[in-house]
Amino acid sequence: MTMFSSRNWREYPQRYRLEASKFKKSGKAYLPPRSVDPKTGDTEFETVRLPDTGKIVTYTIIRTAPSQWGDEAPYAVAITELVDGTRLMGQVTDCDVEAVKIGMEVRIEFRRVQSEGHHGVLSYGYKFVPKWY
Amino acid sequence: MAGIVGYGAHLPRHRIKVEEIAKVWGADAPSYKRGLMLREKSVPPPDMDTITLSVEAAKNALKRAGNVDPVDIGAIYIGSESHPYAVKPSGTTVAEAIGATPDIHCADYEFACKAGSEAMYVCLNHVSAGAMPYALAIAADTSQGAPSDALEFSAAAGAAAFIMGKDNLVAECLYTHSYMTDMPDFWRREHEFYPQHGGRFTGEEAYFAHTKGATNAVLKKAGMKAKDFTYAVFHQPNGKFPQKVAFDLGFTQEQIDPGWLAPTLGNTYSGASPIGLTATLDVAQPGDLIMMCSYGSGAGSDAFVWKVTERINEVRDKAVRTRKLLEENLIYVDYGTYAKFRHKIRKND
Amino acid sequence: MRDVCVVGVGMSQWGEVWRKSLRQLFVDAALEAINNSGVDRLDSLYVGCMSSGLFVGQEHVGALMADYLGMPGLPALRVESACASGGLAVRQAFIEVACGMSEIIMAAGVEKMTDCSGSDATFALATAADQEYEVFHGATFPGLYAMMAHAHMDEYGTTREMLSAVSVKNHKNGAKNPAAQYPFEVTPEQVAKSVMIADPLRILDCSPITDGAAAVIVTTEEVAKKLGKPYIKVLGSGAATDYMQLAQRDDMTTIKAATLAAGRALKMAGKTIKDVQFAEVHDCFTIAEIVLLESIGLYEPGKAGPATLAGETALDGKFPVNSSGGLKSKGHPVGATGVAQVVEVYKQLTGQAENGRQISGSPKIGMTQNMGGSGASSVVHIMEVA
Repeated sequence: MTMFSSRNWREYPQRYRLEASKFKKSGKAYLPPRSVDPKTGDTEFETVRLPDTGKIVTYTIIRTAPSQWGDEAPYAVAITELVDGTRLMGQVTDCDVEAVKIGMEVRIEFRRVQSEGHHGVLSYGYKFVPKWY
Repeated sequence: MAGIVGYGAHLPRHRIKVEEIAKVWGADAPSYKRGLMLREKSVPPPDMDTITLSVEAAKNALKRAGNVDPVDIGAIYIGSESHPYAVKPSGTTVAEAIGATPDIHCADYEFACKAGSEAMYVCLNHVSAGAMPYALAIAADTSQGAPSDALEFSAAAGAAAFIMGKDNLVAECLYTHSYMTDMPDFWRREHEFYPQHGGRFTGEEAYFAHTKGATNAVLKKAGMKAKDFTYAVFHQPNGKFPQKVAFDLGFTQEQIDPGWLAPTLGNTYSGASPIGLTATLDVAQPGDLIMMCSYGSGAGSDAFVWKVTERINEVRDKAVRTRKLLEENLIYVDYGTYAKFRHKIRKND
Repeated sequence: MRDVCVVGVGMSQWGEVWRKSLRQLFVDAALEAINNSGVDRLDSLYVGCMSSGLFVGQEHVGALMADYLGMPGLPALRVESACASGGLAVRQAFIEVACGMSEIIMAAGVEKMTDCSGSDATFALATAADQEYEVFHGATFPGLYAMMAHAHMDEYGTTREMLSAVSVKNHKNGAKNPAAQYPFEVTPEQVAKSVMIADPLRILDCSPITDGAAAVIVTTEEVAKKLGKPYIKVLGSGAATDYMQLAQRDDMTTIKAATLAAGRALKMAGKTIKDVQFAEVHDCFTIAEIVLLESIGLYEPGKAGPATLAGETALDGKFPVNSSGGLKSKGHPVGATGVAQVVEVYKQLTGQAENGRQISGSPKIGMTQNMGGSGASSVVHIMEVA
């Protein structure tokens, strides 16, 4: 039902390298990049890479999963606050779902996020893993 | 002289024990453990594949490489027998993920378990020839073992990455030798899910003959003997083969120990000797000589003589050590979970 | 601006309505509203519908509905704002009457959700969230609200019992609503033991997949008086949006779009929340009702859970919430929900709520609060007895 090729490719800088826009006036970064800072109306920004560590601020465990993640259910989805204050949603992996907690320290790792059936494109991006080193 | 500027590895957290696989197929676990010298193996979860393992290994290599700007990497080669696409190189995604595109040469390598060392061989030569300042070689696999086949006990997953260059080396490559003949010991036909192999035929004339062929040739080139080396790393499809070939060639257990990971890692196919090399570099001292020889069915071996430099002390802890990834924070799974993770269960799609 | 009134309402059957198509559901509700209001014409039509394209392959819904209502030629527009589509259709009708451009407008909503597979329906609903930064990562609708729930529970100590109390209350009300999809009561034990969908939300915390339509006739007070049918006044309309990504909201434990929308509607109405006596609030999930009661200013942050548990929002409580049964028991045909909320408030204010569902004490002022997705849009209306 979905057609991933160009839509996914366009998001590579964000999904692969966490490229965000950081506005000059507020110093706040957004992923995906924005043209206008919603806080100040500022349109001057630089492209930055977000940091790759942070803490979970909320989460859930998806038990009834969409078909792309049938093999991975139940899986945890969390909002992580990275060390620069930017918040990001993503799956938590390499972790017993019951062990996910608000406040857990995590690292971002490059993982396969979705695949479009047996013939379609593979979509890669960021996931959170418990930070143990 | 070309060599390694930065190195890194990445391994899954998940493991499965030999007993767990044996009980499903009614096999005798103690015999397998003894015969293969293998206790458990790594298992990639559904969101991990050759590309993702390569990205993380490459990031660790970049950490150790110091101030190498990814855009200065002139080539990226990933050697694997489990590339996610049959057509579309794994290297394109990895290069994009580390920010090395667009001025970069890319090709995926395949030669059973020596695809990774091939990438290393070619990268070293590019750099020696002065074609580019840096070249990235990655050895990564998430290979499949057919259910109930002997190889199911050992087929594992992992990756190692090496940024080759000429300056600021962690280890110089003094000599290489590549030895190859046409050998039907293990293969996989196009569109087949699992490989086939010749059972005991994969031993003496295949693994041993080619490993010895390449190693002896490089020793002759170097004018060296086994005892001149501090460490040795051989292709490790299980714990037994690398130990036997090492002893046959005159190397000792102490020499192979740091890089002898198969007993608890399993066979990481293209990753096997390269990951073993990263674990060896993690403990090596300046001046140490390391022999590395891969083996890929089909068949061939690439042998390398490495000399560790002073810089190893500065960089070894700039990224996580391979032994830490091997031994700590493990998640054990049962056969059902393993089969689900490895897509061995037929689903309605 | 002119005074705006609602003078007739209609509902189709709500539930898994196999025998009715998208257009037929609309027509059923629309004709009932026309008959109840006694109008002999419409000047324009607004139809709230979130995803007929994804559910049944049909777009161009405004034109289709005008056609099948037997009024080809009528100006018609489909309004979309995810689950706030219906409420925004009402708002558009309000605006067109208030500004003097038209006199009699139908605001309707319809959704046909059962003609596709469960996973296709889930996919369609998920288009209300951020496709690339939430849905791409496996977040589902229950998942987003579940994340809000964990944050609220962590911040304020909201409990499983408080969430269950919302479901129990709404089912109790819905059991009295002849239009409800699930007109039966549930116990706290049943809710707490029902199958887990996305921790901590269980299936009895979640509104269902429903086919249904609702329609209201919006007009001037002058026309309403002439028709001689019961009517109510729409005192104020307010709408707002907020960041699409839950991760980018200033505070995940409140729905700012609802706060802004309620503030704007109350300001237009010249009222405060204290003047409102009952409300239909968007309980797509039990946690949503709790968060919304705080967001609209009825309760301090963290206090709506305990208040619900204590029965303050029950039919006979201090401030009845979702006397219709809410989305949970009545059903949630996405585009129709916002309009059905107005249907309920109309019935309560005109003393026509059925089966013992009538709020006692002749309430004078009611509120509808409708919301899209995880709260990126919201629309509020304040209504008063004539």
